[in-house]
Amino acid sequence: MSKAPLRIAVAIAWLAALLNFFPLAWMLLASFKTEVQAIASPPLFFFLPTLDNYRGIFAQQDYASFALNSIVISLATTLLMLLLAVPAAFAMAFYPGAKTRDLLLWMLSTKMLPAVGVLVPIYLLARDLHLLDTLAALVIVNTLSNLPIAIWMLFTFFRETPKDIIEASRIDGANVLQTIFLVLLPLVLPGIASTSLLSIILCWNEAFWSLNLSAHNAAPLTAFIASFSAPQGLFWARLSAASVLAIAPILVFGWISQRQLVRGLTFGAVK
Amino acid sequence: MAAVTIKSVRKVFGPVEVLHSVNVDIADGEFVILVGPSGCGKTTLLRMIAGLEDISDGEILIDGRRVNDIPPKARDVAMVFQNYALYPHMTVSQNMSFALRLAHANAAEITARVTKAAQILGLETLLERFPRQLSGGQRQRVAMGRALVRDPQVFLFDEPLSNLDAKLRMQMRAEIKELQQRLKTTTVYVTHDQIEAMTMADKIVIMRSGHVEQLGSPLALYDRPENLFVAGFLGSPAMNFISGTVADGAVVSASGMRWPLPAALAAAKGMAPGRRVVYGVRPEHLRLGDNGFSARVLVVEPTGSETQVLLDLGGEKLTAAFRERIPVGVGEALPVDIDTASVHVFDPETEKRISPAA
Ligand SMILES: Nc1ncnc2c1ncn2[C@@H]1O[C@H](COP(=O)(O)OP(=O)(O)OP(=O)(O)O)[C@@H](O)[C@H]1O
Ligand SMILES: [Mg+2]
Repeated sequence: MSKAPLRIAVAIAWLAALLNFFPLAWMLLASFKTEVQAIASPPLFFFLPTLDNYRGIFAQQDYASFALNSIVISLATTLLMLLLAVPAAFAMAFYPGAKTRDLLLWMLSTKMLPAVGVLVPIYLLARDLHLLDTLAALVIVNTLSNLPIAIWMLFTFFRETPKDIIEASRIDGANVLQTIFLVLLPLVLPGIASTSLLSIILCWNEAFWSLNLSAHNAAPLTAFIASFSAPQGLFWARLSAASVLAIAPILVFGWISQRQLVRGLTFGAVK
Repeated sequence: MAAVTIKSVRKVFGPVEVLHSVNVDIADGEFVILVGPSGCGKTTLLRMIAGLEDISDGEILIDGRRVNDIPPKARDVAMVFQNYALYPHMTVSQNMSFALRLAHANAAEITARVTKAAQILGLETLLERFPRQLSGGQRQRVAMGRALVRDPQVFLFDEPLSNLDAKLRMQMRAEIKELQQRLKTTTVYVTHDQIEAMTMADKIVIMRSGHVEQLGSPLALYDRPENLFVAGFLGSPAMNFISGTVADGAVVSASGMRWPLPAALAAAKGMAPGRRVVYGVRPEHLRLGDNGFSARVLVVEPTGSETQVLLDLGGEKLTAAFRERIPVGVGEALPVDIDTASVHVFDPETEKRISPAA
């Protein structure tokens, strides 16, 4: 590439990054403002920061219980998903049938539908199984909704392992579980890690099902945010502070694991 | 140790039949080599013995037991893969002991067996290394070691030497053969290298497009190839073929040159005068001699131990391999003799060998 197009590309990248970052920065600033400052026009950039919003939130809501729900849902979903996705991807990668490709595409295509399309059946199922407002419901729904992506990612990672190695372990006397645990998983650990990270992040940020299937007992942090956009009217500053509290843990987590994530999201292209 | 019997085995992949009713009997302790051009089905057959591929039809017996529906782990076979397929995250000793650990052998036994195999293969100093820290030749040995420690009923090798350089390949060839003779473990070995096949095997199975063309001891196949394919496949440089017509006790080629036949063969059924045949003579059966023909030298290729010469003899191009060093230049005439007793004749239609009546 010659110089000029390269500069333009870099400029576009920066612009995209800023556009992405701007709302976050805005939210962070607003969370330290008073409600009056938060709706001031033109917007204030210099003001005396206050922790009142945060104090108010902790007084009004039990942040810890929401956070705990988020953690439990994310981890349980990720575990359950691995339990299902690893064997599925194993079979698809090493013992593909004539329709394996189609099956993968079909699974992925379910992610192309809007979730709201199945809201009613899922809601009714959850109700009839007495799972409304339980962590189990959210874990199950999140698992099902992330499974296609997880299987796809793991499939891609697994296929980088030479089939001969899997076959060698079979001849050496390993059963399927031993092959998976003693031979395959140690080799694809980075792939497992990336897939798990992505799953945790997707679960943490999942709002649609959280809002529809949970009320109080099972509500995670996305519901916590929503509870501040509540009927008493809009409180921008407080809502911002709640959002900051909700996304801070996952931002930190994402920051720490970003190298692993990038590696995983390039779908095994860079080895 | 065990005999292996392959009975009318067929293999289909979807609509494609890649093995057509293959029959091979492998005696206990025998070293059998499957050889043939790329894509002829050698690997597929080997994998069926290992249990890695289903058997579409027919049956395979190991030690008299039908193994069609028995999984690889219960067949007691060990396999060495072409690219070695070592476990990258395990050290050499862990690679070698993996099967024993899975079988819950006791620690003392494992150590003893790994140590012994490492000694045999000269891997003692490498036991704590990972595969990525080994050379190609060393990896190959580890792959062999992994098979060796198991002391299985059958060894299966799929082109184990094809990734090694020529010198190492020769060395390993001798080592594998020596090892097999010592252990007397039934071995099925796949290669497309006919020299490997000739030098190592007790029995060669020559395959082409899913058929067994001929099987037997290396020298039997070399001396009495049943068809044109086998005749052309074994031997390097390859056998010379000349098309011609049978005419009173010889084969006459296009230029009118008369190619001599042994009396018994000339009298054979199927050698009626006027019959079209293919006359075959191996390069080493052309000899220097004054009472024969005069050939013109086209190319001289000294290999050191012998001299290979491309000759124009009676309008045909023939390769000759002489044991002696011959001081001839291109274009010069060379008197050659044909070792009549060692020539072959084939039917050009059926490609089958024509032999004197027994
Ligand atoms: N899984 C498969 N699906 C479809 N066809 C296959 C499969 N495996 C092998 N074949 C076909 O079966 C035939 C025999 O293959 P095989 O690997 O046994 O040949 P080979 O003799 O080992 O050749 P090479 O010397 O190249 O290794 C080939 O035509 C190949 O394309
Ligand atoms: Mg092969």
